Amino acid sequence: MGDLQFLVTHDPLAVDQVIRAVSAPPEPCGAITSFVGLVRGTNQGRVVQRLEYEAYEPMAVKAFALIGSEARDSWPDATLAVHHRLGTLDVGDASIVIAAASPHRAESFAACRYAIERIKQIAPIWKHEFFEGGDVWIEGAAVDPDDKGAREDAYRRACV
Amino acid sequence: MRVTVRLFARLRDLAGTSEVHAELPDGATARALWATLVAQHTEFERYGSSVSTAVNEEYAQMDQTLSDGDEVAFLPPVSGG
Repeated sequence: MGDLQFLVTHDPLAVDQVIRAVSAPPEPCGAITSFVGLVRGTNQGRVVQRLEYEAYEPMAVKAFALIGSEARDSWPDATLAVHHRLGTLDVGDASIVIAAASPHRAESFAACRYAIERIKQIAPIWKHEFFEGGDVWIEGAAVDPDDKGAREDAYRRACV
Repeated sequence: MRVTVRLFARLRDLAGTSEVHAELPDGATARALWATLVAQHTEFERYGSSVSTAVNEEYAQMDQTLSDGDEVAFLPPVSGG
């Protein structure tokens, strides 16, 4: 399999694959920022045992592509890749890997941060947390890709 | 007309299924479809202001008119990453 730019998968993630997906010639970049999100051992005081991730898979991949396109609006030379894992993940497992490539470091850091903020807003992915004593669906943002305020918030966080 | 409904995460748990079929009058909107689901699953009611919808794998507004054969997804607030 080639190094896909946008992917949801039940297999363990590989950071090097995500980085390769944004570093293909003929446009060599000067900087790549990578982000790896991991399953935390505690959440809001709960001792986490595992997470089960599910997605509306084709729409999740489309959301990643949309975010890649949005990032280009702000950082025209930035290229994103996003791989998100689904299924049962143990504490310490990587749930998401993002890579952002651009000619210079400032844009790659900003685009990478923008991507994770935006994924949390609009990607149709959910985590079901199993902790000592129970389980709970984590419900964060109500999805509205056209909400300009949310997008500006992600941009502000990226540029802090 | 007949549409396919996809449910995810807690909505799927509450409904006990990830996919159902629904018969609707022509011209029905996603919101009308949602109302039929709320009538069947009263716990859906608390998602009235936070649920999002997608029609044929594209985000849509609740007032979108549906067509025969559409796949309509209802999405609770998301938590990826």
